[in-house]
Amino acid sequence: MTFWPGNYWWHWLFYAAVIIVFVLLMVMGAIYFERRGLGRMQSRLGPNRTGPFGLLQPVADAVKVLLKENLVPDKADKLVHWLAPVVAFAPVLMIFAVIPFQNGALLADLNIGILFIVAVSSVATIGVFMAGWGSSNKYSLLGAMRNVAAVVSYEMPLALSVVATVLVAGTMSMNGIVQGQTIPYILLQPLGFLIFFAAGCAEINRSPFDLMEADQELVAGFHTEYSGMKFAMFYLVEYAEAIAISAIITTLFLSGWKGPWLTPWLWFIIKVFVVFFLMIWTRATFPRVRIDQLMAFAWKFLFPLALINLFVTAAQVLVWPDGLPWYVIFINFAIMGILILAWSKLFKLGLGRSEV
Amino acid sequence: MKFERFGLGLLKGMTVTLRNLLRHPTVNQFPEQRLNISRRTRGNELVWSRERCTGCGTCAKTCPQGAIVIETSVNMTDNKYEVDKYQVDTGYCIQCGLCVEACPYDALFMGYAFERAQYRRGDLVQSDDALLESPERPASGYYHPDVASKLPRQTLLVDKIVEKRK
Amino acid sequence: MTTTEMMTLKTEPFVLNFGPVHPSTHGVYRMRATLDGEVILDIEPVVGYLHRGIEKLAEERTFSGFIPLTDRLDYISPMSNNLAYCLAVEKLAGIKIPERGEYLRVIMAELQRLANHCVAVGSFLNDCGAYYTPFMYTFREREKIVDLFDMVCGQRLTYNYMRIGGVSQDIPEEFLPALKKLVKQLARFIEEYERLLKQNEILLARTKGVGILSRETAINCGISGPVARASGVAWDLRKADSYSVYDRFQFDIPVGEAGDSYDRYRVRIEEMRQSLRIIEQAMKDVPGGPVRAELPHLIRPPRGEAYGHLEAPKGELGFYIVSDGSIAPYRCHIRPTSLINLSALREMVKGWKVADLIAIFGSIDITMGEVDR
Repeated sequence: MTFWPGNYWWHWLFYAAVIIVFVLLMVMGAIYFERRGLGRMQSRLGPNRTGPFGLLQPVADAVKVLLKENLVPDKADKLVHWLAPVVAFAPVLMIFAVIPFQNGALLADLNIGILFIVAVSSVATIGVFMAGWGSSNKYSLLGAMRNVAAVVSYEMPLALSVVATVLVAGTMSMNGIVQGQTIPYILLQPLGFLIFFAAGCAEINRSPFDLMEADQELVAGFHTEYSGMKFAMFYLVEYAEAIAISAIITTLFLSGWKGPWLTPWLWFIIKVFVVFFLMIWTRATFPRVRIDQLMAFAWKFLFPLALINLFVTAAQVLVWPDGLPWYVIFINFAIMGILILAWSKLFKLGLGRSEV
Repeated sequence: MKFERFGLGLLKGMTVTLRNLLRHPTVNQFPEQRLNISRRTRGNELVWSRERCTGCGTCAKTCPQGAIVIETSVNMTDNKYEVDKYQVDTGYCIQCGLCVEACPYDALFMGYAFERAQYRRGDLVQSDDALLESPERPASGYYHPDVASKLPRQTLLVDKIVEKRK
Repeated sequence: MTTTEMMTLKTEPFVLNFGPVHPSTHGVYRMRATLDGEVILDIEPVVGYLHRGIEKLAEERTFSGFIPLTDRLDYISPMSNNLAYCLAVEKLAGIKIPERGEYLRVIMAELQRLANHCVAVGSFLNDCGAYYTPFMYTFREREKIVDLFDMVCGQRLTYNYMRIGGVSQDIPEEFLPALKKLVKQLARFIEEYERLLKQNEILLARTKGVGILSRETAINCGISGPVARASGVAWDLRKADSYSVYDRFQFDIPVGEAGDSYDRYRVRIEEMRQSLRIIEQAMKDVPGGPVRAELPHLIRPPRGEAYGHLEAPKGELGFYIVSDGSIAPYRCHIRPTSLINLSALREMVKGWKVADLIAIFGSIDITMGEVDR
């Protein structure tokens, strides 16, 4: 079913405009929401002076950043330094091409939708590494190396939890996954949701895995040497990736745009903000992990759990090929509880001290 | 390092944060809502009383910074000291209050106002009539309990805190 | 045996400068760390960026005129600095302090310990990465304590409250009811605060077993305060060399076992509880009377020297004063708690990673004003 306008190029133009506007507005909304939410959780108010209730604060931020001087370090590699924000931002926009806002309302209804997302989202790491290298600053290089290590480690649990969902849905097209969710997959795949959430937070450098830009240690990580519009691009990338991961979680686990009474794309936005609130909540509460603990968590905890989750899901899909009935929910929750308890007992982080 | 409580510690922390989300934030919007500052505040400036000052110079000798400069002359007809110049360099003062404690004649007070910033550093040096008490330079009750009892009570955070959402 | 020997790639260590201007070095502290990847091989501290010559200035101020300057040493806990200096001069001159003055001193010192540990714990958890949330909570409680100090002496940070021979002025009548309310609220707050992060797995993984200071090293380096007590050295000047009226109150000294960052954090939280206990006992029987001994305006202690020390929130703070009979000290030397506690940093940090360096540094709790004087 195609959506208006029918012609291919009109469709593409319309949805390109919709995606760009959506991303920019949602990022501004996310910045505002995060600052107010974090503030309330810390027993203070967020920004509330610019505009009514502080709603124009992201606009003020954008204007401030545009007016700043664009500094480039002397020994930096100029081309790499200039190109890094672009390389980091473009893949994030491309992710939104396959996320459905409404039934059939997406830029391209690829039948390999989720595979496209997993492939494209890794390219943003190259941009981050270019930023770290091109800044000729040891702090940036440390931050960029940490980022590469983290992203590479967390790709595996991410992909495996996605594969489990695809098995249940039977299709890789994002629209098809949403349409197949008579029961939201967060109930059928609770372990998959937790693994995807943790791996997603690690990929986008959010707490508790935000050691790539740890304020307290590395001044600002890979974007220490950036100022002006390029810094705004990195800032935008961070929040756009957070919105993208929230949108993917909404589509995969929370049944996307489905919901009574309201228009579907409004439900979509509400669910994205609910998942984003979960990210804000974890950011406000947890300290950050260390780099070796980050990698140990990915390889020794999340990856085996994701594999076991995949096997269990595959077994269930074989037993009930026409769609899983509702009582599987309880079985899945029980399995999740047992697995987390058992694996926590077995999980040993090394102490982390090397002999000097 | 094992997961000591299987993830329960993480969840407990999250409940605390959520509970703080639902409470009233302990914030004052400054220019619109002002709190009463302490009655004994050692504010920005000094307030001097020309009637009671005798020019003894104890305050100037006690000041650790040497911020007070006094010039006196002898009035032979009335047989008393005249204070010609009493000058305080407010920029050099560290607001310790030792001068107020030292004055034997209760002629010196700390200031109560705190929004007394000047644009030029030269304006911070105040002398003679600029140091008298006036509506924009009230005196604070530091070391003078009678002045302190006339000032409004201080708002305390222990009184204002509310655990439930207003 | 460095980690490079295990790989066939040729690597070499590099020097990273954690400069004086850094978001997390508690002031202007500079470290030059030699790193091999992320592993720390050695650090070289550079101090002195906040040196103001306070010990030299003491020779030009009178004995009572020096008290405002002691406020600026450890600016997170000025009451303890004032008190340490006054104890030293009183020991030299043999001055006796009235009872009410002693009780007020104890209440103020313990409130100051609470306020300091609020800052210490909040900054430590902030350095571990909890994005300012525990920091905001503890600063809210510190705000309540600082309000009380504001009520008593008129300022929120440089109190100048202790005098030689007692305290400066008597407390106003609304102080004790407010203090009662504060003690109740703080007791509830510490319970809730522990639930936030005491058993958080991430915090345990970050701080348990990290930055261990052994008991022998602690004693050899002269470490004191919560850092030493977390390593198993049960030494607290309030019990060992009791000053003021501390021997009339009942309280415990929390002592840790492992000497890692987690134990230092726990010792501080327990000390906050014990301080609340002391304040409750002291509040009940504050006697009446004068708060300050009758002394001349300019004190001239007899010739001699004295060393007065107390258990400041960060450790043992001491003042060594030499007087030659005039109105100013001949020499005043300050035993800087933070500098001596900092001397063990190198041993604690070798072999850990960059992230641990900041966390361990935060757990020692230093203030550069005291290190550089």
